Amino acid sequence: MNTTTFLGEQLLPGQIGYFLTILSLVASLVATFAFAKSFYAKELAIEIEWKRFAKIAFIIEAIAIFLCFVVLFYIIYNHRFEYKYSYSHSDKSMPLQYLLSCFWEGQEGSFLLWSFWHAVLGLIIMTRSAKWGNQTNGVMMVLSFVQFCLATMIVGLYIVDFKLGSSPFILLRQEMSWPILSRPDYLQFIKDGTGLNTTLQNYWMVIHPPILFLGFASTTIPFAFAVSGLLKKENNWMNFVLPWATFSAAILGLGIMMGAAWAYESLNFGGYWAWDPVENASLVPWLVLVAGIHTNIIFRKTEGSLKATYLFYGLSFLLVVYSTFLTRSGILGDTSVHAFTDLGMNAQLLGFLLIFVIPYFILFGIRYKHLKEPVKEDEISSREFWMLVGSFVLFLSGLVMIAITSIPVFNKIFGTKIAPPEDPIFAHNQVQIFVAIIIGIFTAFGQYLKFKSTEGDYIKKHLKYPIILSLILSGILFAFVGVAYNDKGVGFLAAIYVAELAAVYSIVANAYYWGSMLKGKLKSASASVGHLGFGLVLLGILISSSNKTVLSWNTTGISPLRVDKEQKNNPAGNPKENITLFEGIQTDMGKYDVTYLRDTFDYLDKRFFELKFAAKKSKEIFFLYPDVLKNNKAEGFSANPAAKHYWNKDIFVYVTSFQDHSEKDTTQFKPYQMAVGDSIFYSNGYIKLEKVLINPRQNIGTGNNELVLQLKVTSKEGLVYNAKPGIFLEGMTLRPEYDTVKAQNLVLSFNKVVDQKKGTLELGVKESAALTNLITLKVYEFPFINILWLGVIVMTIGFSMASWARIKKLKS
Amino acid sequence: MKKTHIILLVLIAVSIVALISYTGDLSSYETIASAKQREGKFVNLIVKMDKTEPVNYDPVKDPNLLKFHVQDSLGGKISVVYHNTMPTDMEKSERLVLKGRVQGDHFECSTIVMKCPSKYKDNPNVMKEQPVTISN
Repeated sequence: MNTTTFLGEQLLPGQIGYFLTILSLVASLVATFAFAKSFYAKELAIEIEWKRFAKIAFIIEAIAIFLCFVVLFYIIYNHRFEYKYSYSHSDKSMPLQYLLSCFWEGQEGSFLLWSFWHAVLGLIIMTRSAKWGNQTNGVMMVLSFVQFCLATMIVGLYIVDFKLGSSPFILLRQEMSWPILSRPDYLQFIKDGTGLNTTLQNYWMVIHPPILFLGFASTTIPFAFAVSGLLKKENNWMNFVLPWATFSAAILGLGIMMGAAWAYESLNFGGYWAWDPVENASLVPWLVLVAGIHTNIIFRKTEGSLKATYLFYGLSFLLVVYSTFLTRSGILGDTSVHAFTDLGMNAQLLGFLLIFVIPYFILFGIRYKHLKEPVKEDEISSREFWMLVGSFVLFLSGLVMIAITSIPVFNKIFGTKIAPPEDPIFAHNQVQIFVAIIIGIFTAFGQYLKFKSTEGDYIKKHLKYPIILSLILSGILFAFVGVAYNDKGVGFLAAIYVAELAAVYSIVANAYYWGSMLKGKLKSASASVGHLGFGLVLLGILISSSNKTVLSWNTTGISPLRVDKEQKNNPAGNPKENITLFEGIQTDMGKYDVTYLRDTFDYLDKRFFELKFAAKKSKEIFFLYPDVLKNNKAEGFSANPAAKHYWNKDIFVYVTSFQDHSEKDTTQFKPYQMAVGDSIFYSNGYIKLEKVLINPRQNIGTGNNELVLQLKVTSKEGLVYNAKPGIFLEGMTLRPEYDTVKAQNLVLSFNKVVDQKKGTLELGVKESAALTNLITLKVYEFPFINILWLGVIVMTIGFSMASWARIKKLKS
Repeated sequence: MKKTHIILLVLIAVSIVALISYTGDLSSYETIASAKQREGKFVNLIVKMDKTEPVNYDPVKDPNLLKFHVQDSLGGKISVVYHNTMPTDMEKSERLVLKGRVQGDHFECSTIVMKCPSKYKDNPNVMKEQPVTISN
């Protein structure tokens, strides 16, 4: 046993943390057991007895999780680098809000965050479930069991050789085998942590993970209801679950789109959505959940769609667990840009998945024939008919998405080597655009139908105006905005137009329904508002994606690019979206003339570049300040874009590379002898000596003389620059005056007069890459992206209104 | 059979067709040697940078041209041309996934996916080495 005492370590927080994780593990198991006892109790007295006990266990578990949270934050906040979590996710220079991002950067912290929300939701359920009866126990039993599973993820116990979970409270010296860590005074040498990944140092990363995990956690509640309903063969829970399910849809949807906003604002993806496996894995549960909400509403009105509701609510949570498995097991390593790396917990993650999937489907199978639905067929003119079809479209579109995302899993199981297609984004788009069309149209007319059946006259009367209005508005939209994307042929172009029409139709029809049918009342407007938001989201996606333009197409003469037409169509040669700017030199960039004025550092060592944009058509001038941040004490940097937001478009600029002048310039001047009229060559063109000027300037002081060479520099591309290096004679001292041609990396000096009679002079030429400051930029224009964000907000409001209205109805 | 059932079956059929048509677009992971044999075909390579060879990137001349060399675990080597800026931290990446096609003597790359040690620092293999911040 090693008994070295290490200096300066603070071990107490870690010990408390360990204790708390084990406490939460045990308490959640006890709560699961006790809620189960209460759920299955045959007598009311026993039920109440067990329930009281179970509640105490759950409260203890919740407190343990909250305190765990506090302890881990204490460790990060105080920079206790003896803990591995703090060391590898944070550093001292980090502002407070990013310390929160550090908290959820790692797997352990994000598991803790997930647990935290479950604890909060569980406490709310325990106080607000008086009407649920015995169902409360069933729901809490499932929730406590999920909590138990999550607790195993962060407990960090070794059971013989099997590592159960990964503790956030592990010490650096326990995990690492660096020789230095065996020294008693090792902490002295660990000055700082390795910091947070720079792309995560963004305000969206402070807020997006908590919202997303609240979304994940809240999908557990419909699932828990479904499990307890199946166990007890009770379906009345479908009345209680709706506020929870709509709340979950609101939060999960918001969380996903905050991630999209982060991708839009910070990452070099060139957009808000890239069909990355991580994005898909969180979108699919949302789609299935929304399908479940709709079938749930059908059940409440008509007793139909019972099986579908059990399937969708169950799958929504199971897909969250599956996405956890995908993103945390490292299996996506080759296909995703931002999945977590493998923590060596794959067996446990797989267990976490199977322990829910298998029992749920067995239970669902056993109970299937007990799930009685009306035998009567749904009318085609009924609302429920189209709601059900729409729900299945959402569900199947999610299944297609997740099937594609699961290719790495397929490879793992079958040993195949299938890789994503050449254009993975289009592969998704070409399928999902039809889903968008169908759902757009369904959300538009769905509400105009009544449950059970609708008379033909009623439909004609009310649907007439929205259709006419949408056709007119779409026509205006096509005429003025249009679609600037025809890379994929006529078929897809047509699909985009149809989808835009469907989106407009959805917006108009829902707004019209709200205005004329509901008379603008808020009380039952949640569906109209939610669908209106969804229509806006669709429209925003379609318009902005199909009209995204690259302003920085590299067609300038400064970069000797050979952009032949053939290569432009070659996908490998296509991304010539970067343009080089030299300091102080105006560059043509389509609609704008752009000048890189200067750069400066802030206190965090962020380097800001000042760019001046001057619009060619109007007199508009604006400045943008994209920045780069040196990557945590290592080489490399991470770029943060800057954007100019207009109401109808955003102009995004980010620095893709820049010249770093930390290295010393060691290039020497090369002497050339020449007379007036002579030319000499440099690497990229020639320099001609046109004239020698004597004292060209006034007011240089009496007794002083100046001799200046007038040079004309012509580059290979035919660009001409003037330069005037000179010699300044101040009494007897001689001082050279250099001149530079930055765009050509030239420093020129007038060295001396060689032969006065022949007129031979010596010119010094230095070609130095370190001379010019230059940056490489990408500039994008995204039109009408605000429609998308507005749509997200409206949709979230719609879901929240539904949740709120349902809570009120349940109370009365 | 109910109308809903018929529609559902049609939808399921459409989804299956969509998935099958998707499989037609799929590409594959190849070794450098097998990619060379399938010249012109879109493939994915899992490689690491060959650090014995120079990396050519000069934004002054062309910000959209990067040339470097890679090797795979079977020892195959190839030069790569990438018409874009040099990705941040590429040299530090322990593994690169290159998407593109072999054209003549080089690999014409359209996308680079990096597995960066700095990205998610939990990877125990990376943490075995002492970081630069610790000086003794």
